[in-house]
Amino acid sequence: MAKSVLLISRQAPWAGIGAAEALDIALAAGAFGLPLSMLFMDDGVFQLLDQQNPQQLAQKDLSANLQALPIFGIEQLYVSEHCLSERGLDNNALAVAVDRLDNQQVQQLIRQYDYVMTL
Amino acid sequence: MKFVISVLSASTAPSTRRALCFAQAVLAAGHEIVRVFFYQDGVLTASDSIVVAQDQQNIAKQWQAFIAENQLDAVVCIAAALRRGILDQAEAQRYQRDAVNLASGYQLSGLGQLHDALQQADRFISFGGE
Repeated sequence: MAKSVLLISRQAPWAGIGAAEALDIALAAGAFGLPLSMLFMDDGVFQLLDQQNPQQLAQKDLSANLQALPIFGIEQLYVSEHCLSERGLDNNALAVAVDRLDNQQVQQLIRQYDYVMTL
Repeated sequence: MKFVISVLSASTAPSTRRALCFAQAVLAAGHEIVRVFFYQDGVLTASDSIVVAQDQQNIAKQWQAFIAENQLDAVVCIAAALRRGILDQAEAQRYQRDAVNLASGYQLSGLGQLHDALQQADRFISFGGE
């Protein structure tokens, strides 16, 4: 059986290329049909917000790529409720369908994978 | 035990030296390194153009020597490398650039090489990043 990866994405979408490069790891796993899930934590939760205006920074909208993940076979997407809450984003609309996890569920999730990768 | 090691920060970062020390310890303990994968700013470690003052450590050079001595599979993500100006002969030709600066011993390839290595390994350990 293929070994599984939990990819923890921690970078804000417009803080540099980090978030996009994390996403590329997920897309590559999808292309090879390998089991990978993504967990958004820390400033990575900003990637999920609806109605971003990256055009103002002359950038492309990363959330559009995140929405496409299920098409590439990356269907399990999670976000830390605690990290949303720390940033006052509990009630903000998210552009991407993700499961919200409390801290205990995050711990349980991390234990389920062969590898954990944090970017 | 089979290890995959990823390096995510530039050669000037403390984590890139720690990654080298860890890799040396892995081999010294009789384990195997399936692949070292350079990603994000870690690709800068594979530059042959790094010059440091004589009284400073050249971690990039040390990585290169370690890879050569142990004939390790050292893969540099091609997309991450190109956007940071690390090119091999073929890419320099493709994009019509004068500089060829990928150090010998490294190969430019895709992220699939990271996933492929993980499937063969027992442990993954990553150094650096934001």
